[in-house]
Amino acid sequence: MADVLERVTKIIVDRLGVDESEVKLESSFKDDLGADSLDVVELVMELEDEFGMEISDEEAEQIVTVGDAVNYIQSKL
Amino acid sequence: MLSGKTALVTGGSRGIGRAIAIDLAKNGADVAVNYSGNEEKANEVVKEIESLGRKAFAIRANVANADEVNSMVNEVIERFGRLDILVNNAGITKDNLLMRMKESEWDDVININLKGVFNCTKAVTRQMMKQRSGRIINIASIVGIAGNAGQANYVAAKAGIIGLTKTTAKELAGRNITVNAVAPGFISTDMTDQLPEQIRNEMLKQIPLGRFGEPNDIANMVTFIASDKSSYMTGQTLCLDGGMVMY
Repeated sequence: MADVLERVTKIIVDRLGVDESEVKLESSFKDDLGADSLDVVELVMELEDEFGMEISDEEAEQIVTVGDAVNYIQSKL
Repeated sequence: MLSGKTALVTGGSRGIGRAIAIDLAKNGADVAVNYSGNEEKANEVVKEIESLGRKAFAIRANVANADEVNSMVNEVIERFGRLDILVNNAGITKDNLLMRMKESEWDDVININLKGVFNCTKAVTRQMMKQRSGRIINIASIVGIAGNAGQANYVAAKAGIIGLTKTTAKELAGRNITVNAVAPGFISTDMTDQLPEQIRNEMLKQIPLGRFGEPNDIANMVTFIASDKSSYMTGQTLCLDGGMVMY
Protein backbone atom coordinates (compact mmCIF):
# COMPACT_ATOMS: atom_id res chain seq x y z
CA MET A 1 0.00 0.00 0.00
CA ALA A 2 2.67 2.45 1.07
CA ASP A 3 4.73 1.63 -1.98
CA VAL A 4 1.80 2.09 -4.36
CA LEU A 5 0.83 5.38 -2.72
CA GLU A 6 4.41 6.58 -2.93
CA ARG A 7 4.68 5.80 -6.63
CA VAL A 8 1.26 7.29 -7.39
CA THR A 9 2.13 10.42 -5.42
CA LYS A 10 5.36 10.89 -7.31
CA ILE A 11 3.52 10.76 -10.63
CA ILE A 12 0.90 13.23 -9.42
CA VAL A 13 3.53 15.65 -8.14
CA ASP A 14 5.45 15.44 -11.43
CA ARG A 15 2.42 15.75 -13.63
CA LEU A 16 0.31 18.31 -11.81
CA GLY A 17 3.08 20.32 -10.22
CA VAL A 18 1.48 20.16 -6.78
CA ASP A 19 3.27 19.84 -3.47
CA GLU A 20 3.64 16.34 -2.07
CA SER A 21 1.86 17.44 1.11
CA GLU A 22 -1.27 18.23 -0.89
CA VAL A 23 -1.59 14.68 -2.17
CA LYS A 24 -3.86 12.85 0.26
CA LEU A 25 -5.94 9.73 -0.28
CA GLU A 26 -9.15 11.77 -0.21
CA SER A 27 -7.84 14.45 -2.61
CA SER A 28 -9.90 14.74 -5.77
CA PHE A 29 -7.75 15.16 -8.86
CA LYS A 30 -10.03 17.80 -10.33
CA ASP A 31 -11.38 19.56 -7.24
CA ASP A 32 -8.33 19.54 -4.97
CA LEU A 33 -5.30 19.06 -7.22
CA GLY A 34 -6.25 21.37 -10.07
CA ALA A 35 -6.34 18.73 -12.81
CA ASP A 36 -8.51 19.18 -15.87
CA SER A 37 -10.15 16.26 -17.71
CA LEU A 38 -7.17 15.78 -19.99
CA ASP A 39 -4.76 15.81 -17.04
CA VAL A 40 -6.71 12.95 -15.50
CA VAL A 41 -6.54 10.99 -18.76
CA GLU A 42 -2.79 11.55 -18.82
CA LEU A 43 -2.38 10.54 -15.19
CA VAL A 44 -4.21 7.31 -15.87
CA MET A 45 -1.92 6.70 -18.86
CA GLU A 46 1.13 7.19 -16.69
CA LEU A 47 -0.24 4.92 -13.99
CA GLU A 48 -0.78 2.26 -16.64
CA ASP A 49 2.86 2.54 -17.65
CA GLU A 50 4.18 2.68 -14.09
CA PHE A 51 2.28 -0.38 -12.94
CA GLY A 52 2.23 -2.27 -16.24
CA MET A 53 -1.53 -2.58 -16.41
CA GLU A 54 -4.32 -1.56 -18.69
CA ILE A 55 -7.12 0.55 -17.24
CA SER A 56 -10.25 0.56 -19.38
CA ASP A 57 -12.09 3.80 -20.16
CA GLU A 58 -14.99 2.66 -17.98
CA GLU A 59 -12.73 1.93 -15.04
CA ALA A 60 -10.77 5.13 -15.53
CA GLU A 61 -13.97 7.14 -15.22
CA GLN A 62 -14.43 5.77 -11.70
CA ILE A 63 -11.06 7.11 -10.58
CA VAL A 64 -11.83 10.46 -8.97
CA THR A 65 -9.55 10.66 -5.95
CA VAL A 66 -6.00 9.61 -5.18
CA GLY A 67 -7.46 6.87 -2.99
CA ASP A 68 -9.53 5.55 -5.92
CA ALA A 69 -6.37 5.23 -7.98
CA VAL A 70 -4.41 3.54 -5.20
CA ASN A 71 -7.23 1.11 -4.42
CA TYR A 72 -7.73 0.26 -8.06
CA ILE A 73 -4.04 -0.46 -8.56
CA GLN A 74 -3.88 -2.50 -5.32
CA SER A 75 -6.78 -4.64 -6.49
CA LYS A 76 -5.06 -5.40 -9.78
CA LEU A 77 -1.56 -6.12 -8.55
CA MET B 1 11.85 19.64 -43.23
CA LEU B 2 10.63 16.42 -41.59
CA SER B 3 13.80 14.53 -40.82
CA GLY B 4 13.58 12.36 -37.72
CA LYS B 5 9.78 12.38 -37.89
CA THR B 6 7.52 9.43 -38.51
CA ALA B 7 4.12 9.36 -40.18
CA LEU B 8 1.13 7.12 -40.67
CA VAL B 9 -0.93 7.76 -43.81
CA THR B 10 -4.25 5.95 -44.05
CA GLY B 11 -5.36 4.96 -47.51
CA GLY B 12 -1.77 5.48 -48.60
CA SER B 13 -1.64 3.04 -51.50
CA ARG B 14 -3.33 5.15 -54.16
CA GLY B 15 -4.37 8.63 -55.23
CA ILE B 16 -3.92 11.53 -52.84
CA GLY B 17 -2.73 9.27 -50.00
CA ARG B 18 0.03 7.85 -52.16
CA ALA B 19 1.23 11.33 -53.12
CA ILE B 20 1.16 12.41 -49.48
CA ALA B 21 3.14 9.36 -48.29
CA ILE B 22 5.82 9.91 -50.92
CA ASP B 23 6.05 13.66 -50.37
CA LEU B 24 6.41 13.25 -46.59
CA ALA B 25 9.25 10.79 -47.28
CA LYS B 26 10.88 13.15 -49.79
CA ASN B 27 10.99 15.69 -47.01
CA GLY B 28 12.64 13.30 -44.61
CA ALA B 29 9.90 11.38 -42.78
CA ASP B 30 9.65 7.62 -42.31
CA VAL B 31 6.19 6.50 -43.36
CA ALA B 32 3.78 3.68 -42.53
CA VAL B 33 1.50 3.15 -45.51
CA ASN B 34 -1.92 1.91 -44.50
CA TYR B 35 -4.15 0.12 -47.00
CA SER B 36 -7.30 -1.95 -46.77
CA GLY B 37 -7.46 -3.91 -50.02
CA ASN B 38 -4.61 -3.23 -52.36
CA GLU B 39 -1.46 -4.70 -50.85
CA GLU B 40 0.39 -4.67 -54.15
CA LYS B 41 -0.13 -0.92 -54.64
CA ALA B 42 0.83 -0.26 -51.02
CA ASN B 43 4.06 -2.20 -51.49
CA GLU B 44 4.86 -0.13 -54.57
CA VAL B 45 4.57 3.02 -52.45
CA VAL B 46 6.81 1.45 -49.82
CA LYS B 47 9.44 0.64 -52.45
CA GLU B 48 9.33 4.16 -53.80
CA ILE B 49 9.82 5.58 -50.30
CA GLU B 50 12.69 3.19 -49.62
CA SER B 51 14.33 4.30 -52.85
CA LEU B 52 14.33 7.80 -51.33
CA GLY B 53 16.37 6.44 -48.44
CA ARG B 54 13.57 6.53 -45.90
CA LYS B 55 12.03 3.72 -43.89
CA ALA B 56 8.57 2.52 -44.83
CA PHE B 57 6.25 -0.42 -44.49
CA ALA B 58 2.76 -1.32 -45.61
CA ILE B 59 0.17 -2.13 -42.98
CA ARG B 60 -3.33 -3.45 -43.51
CA ALA B 61 -6.29 -2.21 -41.48
CA ASN B 62 -9.86 -1.24 -42.13
CA VAL B 63 -10.06 2.17 -40.47
CA ALA B 64 -13.75 1.63 -39.70
CA ASN B 65 -12.73 -1.13 -37.28
CA ALA B 66 -11.37 0.20 -33.98
CA ASP B 67 -9.59 -3.04 -33.05
CA GLU B 68 -7.76 -3.18 -36.36
CA VAL B 69 -6.82 0.49 -36.02
CA ASN B 70 -5.48 0.01 -32.50
CA SER B 71 -3.29 -2.90 -33.58
CA MET B 72 -2.06 -0.92 -36.56
CA VAL B 73 -1.11 2.11 -34.46
CA ASN B 74 0.60 -0.08 -31.87
CA GLU B 75 2.65 -1.74 -34.55
CA VAL B 76 3.65 1.58 -36.11
CA ILE B 77 4.79 2.91 -32.73
CA GLU B 78 6.65 -0.32 -32.01
CA ARG B 79 8.48 -0.27 -35.34
CA PHE B 80 9.21 3.45 -35.53
CA GLY B 81 9.55 4.16 -31.81
CA ARG B 82 7.40 7.29 -32.09
CA LEU B 83 4.61 8.79 -34.16
CA ASP B 84 4.66 12.45 -35.14
CA ILE B 85 2.23 12.72 -38.02
CA LEU B 86 -1.13 11.10 -38.69
CA VAL B 87 -2.76 11.74 -42.04
CA ASN B 88 -6.38 10.61 -42.09
CA ASN B 89 -6.83 10.16 -45.79
CA ALA B 90 -8.66 6.83 -46.26
CA GLY B 91 -12.01 7.31 -47.92
CA ILE B 92 -14.49 5.79 -50.32
CA THR B 93 -17.47 6.99 -52.35
CA LYS B 94 -20.83 5.31 -52.85
CA ASP B 95 -22.72 8.02 -54.68
CA ASN B 96 -26.46 8.05 -55.09
CA LEU B 97 -29.31 10.49 -54.95
CA LEU B 98 -30.64 10.80 -51.42
CA MET B 99 -33.96 9.26 -52.46
CA ARG B 100 -32.21 6.22 -53.88
CA MET B 101 -29.43 5.89 -51.32
CA LYS B 102 -29.44 2.58 -49.50
CA GLU B 103 -28.85 2.47 -45.78
CA SER B 104 -25.77 0.35 -46.44
CA GLU B 105 -24.35 3.00 -48.79
CA TRP B 106 -24.81 5.61 -46.09
CA ASP B 107 -23.32 3.43 -43.36
CA ASP B 108 -20.28 2.28 -45.35
CA VAL B 109 -19.23 5.81 -46.28
CA ILE B 110 -19.83 7.25 -42.82
CA ASN B 111 -18.01 4.34 -41.16
CA ILE B 112 -14.91 4.54 -43.29
CA ASN B 113 -14.71 8.26 -44.02
CA LEU B 114 -15.82 9.69 -40.67
CA LYS B 115 -15.66 6.99 -38.00
CA GLY B 116 -12.29 5.98 -39.47
CA VAL B 117 -10.93 9.44 -38.64
CA PHE B 118 -12.27 9.16 -35.10
CA ASN B 119 -10.76 5.69 -34.64
CA CYS B 120 -7.31 6.64 -35.92
CA THR B 121 -7.21 9.96 -34.07
CA LYS B 122 -8.18 8.33 -30.80
CA ALA B 123 -5.59 5.62 -31.28
CA VAL B 124 -2.64 7.98 -31.85
CA THR B 125 -3.57 10.54 -29.22
CA ARG B 126 -1.99 8.64 -26.34
CA GLN B 127 1.41 8.51 -28.01
CA MET B 128 1.29 12.13 -29.17
CA MET B 129 0.23 13.33 -25.70
CA LYS B 130 3.22 11.53 -24.21
CA GLN B 131 5.51 13.05 -26.81
CA ARG B 132 4.01 16.47 -26.13
CA SER B 133 3.88 17.01 -29.88
CA GLY B 134 2.02 15.79 -32.90
CA ARG B 135 0.34 16.67 -36.15
CA ILE B 136 -3.03 15.29 -37.15
CA ILE B 137 -4.04 16.14 -40.69
CA ASN B 138 -7.46 15.20 -41.94
CA ILE B 139 -8.35 15.02 -45.60
CA ALA B 140 -11.83 16.50 -45.89
CA SER B 141 -13.30 17.77 -49.15
CA ILE B 142 -14.62 20.96 -50.61
CA VAL B 143 -18.03 19.27 -50.89
CA GLY B 144 -18.08 19.08 -47.09
CA ILE B 145 -18.35 22.86 -47.19
CA ALA B 146 -20.37 23.47 -50.36
CA GLY B 147 -22.52 20.32 -50.59
CA ASN B 148 -22.87 18.17 -53.70
CA ALA B 149 -25.90 16.51 -55.25
CA GLY B 150 -25.63 12.73 -55.25
CA GLN B 151 -23.18 12.56 -52.35
CA ALA B 152 -25.26 12.90 -49.20
CA ASN B 153 -23.22 10.25 -47.41
CA TYR B 154 -19.81 11.52 -48.56
CA VAL B 155 -20.67 15.17 -47.90
CA ALA B 156 -22.02 14.41 -44.43
CA ALA B 157 -18.84 12.49 -43.61
CA LYS B 158 -16.57 15.25 -44.92
CA ALA B 159 -18.49 17.99 -43.11
CA GLY B 160 -18.25 15.78 -40.03
CA ILE B 161 -14.48 15.62 -40.43
CA ILE B 162 -14.30 19.42 -40.44
CA GLY B 163 -16.22 19.58 -37.13
CA LEU B 164 -14.16 16.76 -35.66
CA THR B 165 -10.99 18.62 -36.68
CA LYS B 166 -12.07 21.71 -34.71
CA THR B 167 -13.03 19.77 -31.59
CA THR B 168 -9.91 17.62 -31.58
CA ALA B 169 -7.82 20.75 -32.11
CA LYS B 170 -9.36 22.35 -29.01
CA GLU B 171 -8.94 19.23 -26.88
CA LEU B 172 -5.31 18.62 -27.79
CA ALA B 173 -3.95 22.14 -28.19
CA GLY B 174 -2.65 22.15 -24.62
CA ARG B 175 -0.44 19.18 -25.49
CA ASN B 176 1.18 20.82 -28.49
CA ILE B 177 -0.74 18.63 -30.92
CA THR B 178 -2.22 20.49 -33.87
CA VAL B 179 -5.17 19.22 -35.86
CA ASN B 180 -6.02 20.65 -39.25
CA ALA B 181 -7.95 19.62 -42.32
CA VAL B 182 -7.28 19.98 -46.00
CA ALA B 183 -10.30 20.21 -48.28
CA PRO B 184 -9.38 19.21 -51.82
CA GLY B 185 -11.53 20.26 -54.73
CA PHE B 186 -11.49 18.25 -57.91
CA ILE B 187 -8.25 16.25 -57.92
CA SER B 188 -7.31 13.82 -60.70
CA THR B 189 -7.29 10.36 -59.08
CA ASP B 190 -8.80 6.91 -59.63
CA MET B 191 -11.79 8.12 -57.60
CA THR B 192 -12.56 11.11 -59.81
CA ASP B 193 -11.56 9.42 -63.08
CA GLN B 194 -14.72 7.34 -62.73
CA LEU B 195 -16.93 10.39 -63.27
CA PRO B 196 -18.53 10.82 -66.71
CA GLU B 197 -16.79 13.27 -69.03
CA GLN B 198 -19.81 15.59 -69.13
CA ILE B 199 -19.72 16.03 -65.37
CA ARG B 200 -15.97 16.59 -65.46
CA ASN B 201 -16.41 19.34 -68.03
CA GLU B 202 -19.16 20.97 -65.98
CA MET B 203 -16.90 20.98 -62.95
CA LEU B 204 -14.02 22.48 -64.88
CA LYS B 205 -16.17 25.52 -65.66
CA GLN B 206 -16.51 26.19 -61.94
CA ILE B 207 -12.78 26.25 -61.25
CA PRO B 208 -11.32 29.78 -61.52
CA LEU B 209 -7.78 28.44 -61.96
CA GLY B 210 -9.06 26.48 -64.96
CA ARG B 211 -7.61 23.06 -64.21
CA PHE B 212 -8.16 20.03 -62.05
CA GLY B 213 -5.80 19.61 -59.15
CA GLU B 214 -3.07 17.01 -58.94
CA PRO B 215 -2.46 14.78 -55.90
CA ASN B 216 0.79 16.68 -55.35
CA ASP B 217 -1.11 19.93 -54.86
CA ILE B 218 -2.59 18.33 -51.75
CA ALA B 219 0.61 16.56 -50.70
CA ASN B 220 2.59 19.82 -50.69
CA MET B 221 0.15 21.37 -48.26
CA VAL B 222 0.09 18.29 -46.04
CA THR B 223 3.89 18.36 -45.84
CA PHE B 224 3.77 22.00 -44.83
CA ILE B 225 1.21 21.31 -42.11
CA ALA B 226 3.25 18.33 -40.93
CA SER B 227 6.34 20.52 -40.53
CA ASP B 228 7.28 22.87 -37.72
CA LYS B 229 6.54 25.80 -40.03
CA SER B 230 2.80 25.42 -39.39
CA SER B 231 3.14 25.45 -35.61
CA TYR B 232 0.73 28.36 -34.97
CA MET B 233 -2.15 26.88 -36.99
CA THR B 234 -4.73 24.52 -35.54
CA GLY B 235 -8.39 23.68 -36.11
CA GLN B 236 -8.31 25.04 -39.65
CA THR B 237 -9.68 23.70 -42.90
CA LEU B 238 -7.66 24.74 -45.94
CA CYS B 239 -9.43 24.60 -49.30
CA LEU B 240 -7.22 23.51 -52.19
CA ASP B 241 -9.67 23.68 -55.03
CA GLY B 242 -8.41 26.10 -57.65
CA GLY B 243 -10.68 28.74 -56.18
CA MET B 244 -13.96 26.82 -56.57
CA VAL B 245 -15.26 27.75 -53.14
CA MET B 246 -14.34 31.02 -51.51
CA TYR B 247 -15.68 31.92 -48.11
